[in-house]
Amino acid sequence: MVGAACALYAARAGLDVTVVDRGPVAGGTTGAGEGNLLVSDKEPGPELELALLSNRLWTELASEPGLGTAFEYDPKGGLVVASAPEGLAALEKFAAGQRTAGVVAETVTAGQLHYLEPKLAPGLAGGVYYPQDAQVMPTLAAAHLLRASAARLLTGRTVTGVSRSPDGAVRGVRTDRGEIDAPAVVNAAGTWGGEVAALAGVHLPVLPRRGFVLVTEPLPPLVRHKVYAADYVADVASDSAALQTSPVVEGTAAGPVLIGASRERVGFDRSFSLPVVRALAAGATRLFPFLEGVRAMRTYVGFRPYLPDHLPAIGPDPRVPGLFHACGHEGAGIGLATGTGQLIAQVLGGRAPELDLTPFRPDRFAVHEEAAG
Amino acid sequence: MGTEPAGPRGGPSPHLAVVGAGPAGLAAALAAAERGVRVTVVDSAEAPGGQFYRQPAAALGARRPQALHHQWRTWRRLRDGVERHLPAGNITLLPEHHVWCVERRPDAPREQRPCPPRERRPSDTPGGFTVHALLGPAQEEAVEVRADAVVLATGGYEKVLPFPGWTLPGVVTAGGAQAMLKGGLVVSGRTAVVAGTGPLLLPVATGLAAAGVRVAALVESADPKALVRHAGPLVGRADKLAEGAGYAVTLLRRRVRTLVRHTVVEAHGTDRLEAVTVAALDAEGRVRPGSERRFACDTLAVGHGMVPHTDLAESLGCRVDADGMSVAVDDEQRTDVPGVWAAGEATGIGGAALSLAEGHVAGRSAAARLRGREPDPREWAAAAASRTRLREFFAALDTVYVPPAHWAEQVTDGTVVCRCEEVTAGAVREAVGELGAGDVRTVKLLTRAGMGWCQGRMCGPAVAGLAGCAETVARRPFARPVPLGVLARAGETGEPGGAPVVSEEPGGPPVE
Ligand SMILES: Cc1cc2nc3c(=O)[nH]c(=O)nc-3n(C[C@H](O)[C@H](O)[C@H](O)COP(=O)(O)OP(=O)(O)OC[C@H]3O[C@@H](n4cnc5c(N)ncnc54)[C@H](O)[C@@H]3O)c2cc1C
Repeated sequence: MVGAACALYAARAGLDVTVVDRGPVAGGTTGAGEGNLLVSDKEPGPELELALLSNRLWTELASEPGLGTAFEYDPKGGLVVASAPEGLAALEKFAAGQRTAGVVAETVTAGQLHYLEPKLAPGLAGGVYYPQDAQVMPTLAAAHLLRASAARLLTGRTVTGVSRSPDGAVRGVRTDRGEIDAPAVVNAAGTWGGEVAALAGVHLPVLPRRGFVLVTEPLPPLVRHKVYAADYVADVASDSAALQTSPVVEGTAAGPVLIGASRERVGFDRSFSLPVVRALAAGATRLFPFLEGVRAMRTYVGFRPYLPDHLPAIGPDPRVPGLFHACGHEGAGIGLATGTGQLIAQVLGGRAPELDLTPFRPDRFAVHEEAAG
Repeated sequence: MGTEPAGPRGGPSPHLAVVGAGPAGLAAALAAAERGVRVTVVDSAEAPGGQFYRQPAAALGARRPQALHHQWRTWRRLRDGVERHLPAGNITLLPEHHVWCVERRPDAPREQRPCPPRERRPSDTPGGFTVHALLGPAQEEAVEVRADAVVLATGGYEKVLPFPGWTLPGVVTAGGAQAMLKGGLVVSGRTAVVAGTGPLLLPVATGLAAAGVRVAALVESADPKALVRHAGPLVGRADKLAEGAGYAVTLLRRRVRTLVRHTVVEAHGTDRLEAVTVAALDAEGRVRPGSERRFACDTLAVGHGMVPHTDLAESLGCRVDADGMSVAVDDEQRTDVPGVWAAGEATGIGGAALSLAEGHVAGRSAAARLRGREPDPREWAAAAASRTRLREFFAALDTVYVPPAHWAEQVTDGTVVCRCEEVTAGAVREAVGELGAGDVRTVKLLTRAGMGWCQGRMCGPAVAGLAGCAETVARRPFARPVPLGVLARAGETGEPGGAPVVSEEPGGPPVE
């Protein structure tokens, strides 16, 4: 997704773009996650700024002819609920901070919850409504952004090396099917971004954080917003390797309800884990009791690309002239893709990026940190 | 929640769960029960027998099921053997149990194969397997069976490739037609065409003819003469090996026009099937222009072979061969996951006789190992020998009975490929040609082909063929759709203290 967005904005900035991927379009984490474009789960800071920029750009893209429907853009809004008064107080405090950063956050009383979401469980303490939260279908979004970019697309090609000129500057990439010359290379290899960085001889400690998503049978629209419990925010920001499963429940244009997502650090282990999806199901049915009788059709697994400080790497790599990074977006790479693409296009074109890239500097991790992270 | 016999830890004998009550599953159950293992057989059908020994429902008054069951005596022996073990509870049959997942509990024994010599029985070690099932036909109530080991004997399902008009009422799968025959549901007086490829077409055509249906043509895209080249001397014994081939051929000669190297290019009709167009194939597997012929018919039974059922094995972590899309097993029918055996068509398509042999070996091996003994393969030498022979024969069949190489060219853009989600061939082609899909998974994500009720079981091979990419082993952690309420409580039924523990972050409960 991130690569597709970089391609789109770079092409629109007038650059000649080639996209190389060892798999098909969206064959990495993009095809294995969900498409929430969330501001609601982010605390004030660089990631929230990037999310606000990105959501604005998503809205613009969605209004281009045909594009919004093609990737199933839905500005449905998010609803965060708390079951107990203490949770609600914490949520309120969190939302107050977000408002100062430009997030629209509307307090919802216990009594109002059922106007927004009639099928919610009774007895919840209240919540906060975030109208800026939206949703896309990630695989369609990646495919249609690439198509709109008109970039040259080379799928089924693995990058095996980064070519450098004697002065150290990037000259292009080597692939298993020939070389590609380019004065600038963007590493948008997601969870494998660390490996691609290593090909250029630099250190970038991207690691996988596993997530399962549950998909139900198609239903009429019964869940209107993205709904999640307040603990989700804590899970997202958590440093823990242990399993966390506060569910986000959302309907989709195609009918199925998506229940996502667990977070675990277990390497690239693809094996099915019944305890994990059981916990997701339990959480979802607690929020929406009617889901008890709804059938889960399938479940899939993906690996979020994360960096030790949970911020992506975006921008030029001072260690290798001509190398740019756009990876490590963890559980928000769909949402943050547009902003990332725009910023990369700006720096590729030699312009000043519209957000300060310092927090996203790719060389911010000392080698020894990898062992700690 | 259902109940089940007391767990093995308190009881005297180890407990084996067999999933599937076809020839393989029953043979495994019988072999294991006769060697002191308590067996529970779980199957979705109302009665044991599987696809092959499907029980003609008594109510429908099928008088001579033998006419359809060439190996009726074998079946009787097997069934009587199993029944002998029922009263004492050595074998428990659980029909109408739809297994949605077999879980290897986290506390299951972790030792790697080959089994080290050890004194402990696996049943003495904590943990094991939980077979999660839904009680049919509503499939809402959960039943859990805990066992020390499992035999997966889940069989196979039919492969059907699309062509224009294949979704018309009146077009059925060959296996569906056969099931109707065995269930006594075929209406005489109709006119049928049987088409596709594979040894299943013969018994379907003859069965239909015997039931009073006029079979206008049997259309086989392969050239069975090639079988002689591939299988050599085995062919002479085909009638003993395959499902009554000899008997089928006689009947065929009498009544049915057979067209080899031909294929159905289109089914016609407005509300239902009225006719089919059939054409000859050239050496490359393309339709020969001008060779088209039309047959009026109200039934078209079509099949392109069988595909092994691998879902349960795959989510248990068993290796599945991408080649044959079948569960990989060793000489003892063990998968590469300790405690999990597989037998019958789940390990490769090969008919009832092969399934019986594999099931027998699996049951004996499992029994020996569950009782802490290294099995002696000489004990099952006869079964192993017939297994070898049959596998060779079916490997030869496999090379001959393949769909025409260029079948996808006949599929028009407007033809629906995925029936659950109504995805057309044109949409699949667009995903590949214009949106950068290069594999079945991306086609699925871009078009929704394979996301519906059947989860791609029907359309998987077709989508791969149209997309021009290799078929991959599908991952379907839920072998059946499962209510979220059941899923949320999975593991809570059965023995106390058996539920796996989910590690959670110390400070934060996962959900409110
Ligand atoms: C369960 C789950 C739920 C999620 N939900 C959301 C959500 O709701 N909202 C959200 O915004 N995000 C979500 N995410 C996160 C999001 O999916 C990721 O952040 C995002 O997809 C990352 O995109 P990417 O382009 O960086 O990486 P990818 O999509 O993984 O793309 C990287 C590409 O690089 C290619 N590649 C790697 N190495 C090489 C090489 N050597 N040569 C050539 N190509 C190579 C790969 O093939 C791959 O296609 C979720 C993730 C998971 C797992």
